[in-house]
Amino acid sequence: MAFKGTIEIDTQKCKGCAVCIENCPAKCIRLSKSVNSKGYRYAELANDGCVGCASCATVCPDSVITVYRVKI
Amino acid sequence: MENLDIKRPENIVYRKPALLTDNIMHYCPGCSHGTVHKLIAEVIEEMGIQDQTVGISPVGCSVFAYNYIDIDWQEAAHGRAPALATATKRLCPEKYVFTYQGDGDLASIGTAEIIHACSRGENIVVIFINNGIYGMTGGQMAPTTLLGMKTSTTPYGRDPKLNGFPLKITEMLAALDGTAYITRQSVHTAAAARKAKNAIRKGFEYSAKNIGLSFIEIVSTCNSGWKLSPVEANKWMEEHMFAKYPVGDIKDVLK
Repeated sequence: MAFKGTIEIDTQKCKGCAVCIENCPAKCIRLSKSVNSKGYRYAELANDGCVGCASCATVCPDSVITVYRVKI
Repeated sequence: MENLDIKRPENIVYRKPALLTDNIMHYCPGCSHGTVHKLIAEVIEEMGIQDQTVGISPVGCSVFAYNYIDIDWQEAAHGRAPALATATKRLCPEKYVFTYQGDGDLASIGTAEIIHACSRGENIVVIFINNGIYGMTGGQMAPTTLLGMKTSTTPYGRDPKLNGFPLKITEMLAALDGTAYITRQSVHTAAAARKAKNAIRKGFEYSAKNIGLSFIEIVSTCNSGWKLSPVEANKWMEEHMFAKYPVGDIKDVLK
């Protein structure tokens, strides 16, 4: 059984601390090239390796990540 | 990358707890406070005790905790949160009462209050955020600052001859008979955050059993005060803070 996941990031609330990037076991999050209205580079999905493990969302201090997961 | 088939409400496995308000937290990027707030909100939500919980917010960065978690709050004078929690719990014994304090608040100006609250065995939960520095006022030395650690008041590092030794207050409190559950956790990785959440939940459950005070220390980072990036601060904490403040359960009367 395998899982496929994706995340949705509230880019306006993200402060770009990069703790999610460090904690992502699939290494599929990166910081954006553009900035949000507060001037922070926000986290974004870098590739389709996400398995929906929710590690990123668990450590996100600002709770901006929603995690989705389906069985494939 | 954008997988719209997966982004459906029935596929959500993790979302912001409903108890956290929509206010944008004033904490610095990567601050452990935000993560701990979220864990507390998750525990209260899962236990279904939103209308029975009273939080006591401290003085320090987390003074605005009442803006972020949608429960009843009181704001205590500096260090006096355990005293206020004692009064709240005694007047409303059916409520779940917890304090949320930093190391400058709990281990410095509020040492007397926490020691006597523990000694009396009040049935409250104390969440103690230990980042080894006074974060809000500009990174001054706290009682928990590590030896050799540079702060704005110890620019050459903490010298025991001049500044004394770091205070391991959690171990001190474990020696008191009134405490039921004493643990030290951290929230820098997903696994650590889950353990910390279980510890917070255990603390709330113990407070309902009326067996004494539950004390949960969270070893945290203050990346602004430490002058590091959030990720570097987490690594620095693993290397240095954990040597002095090892994580794990210290006391559990029901074990």
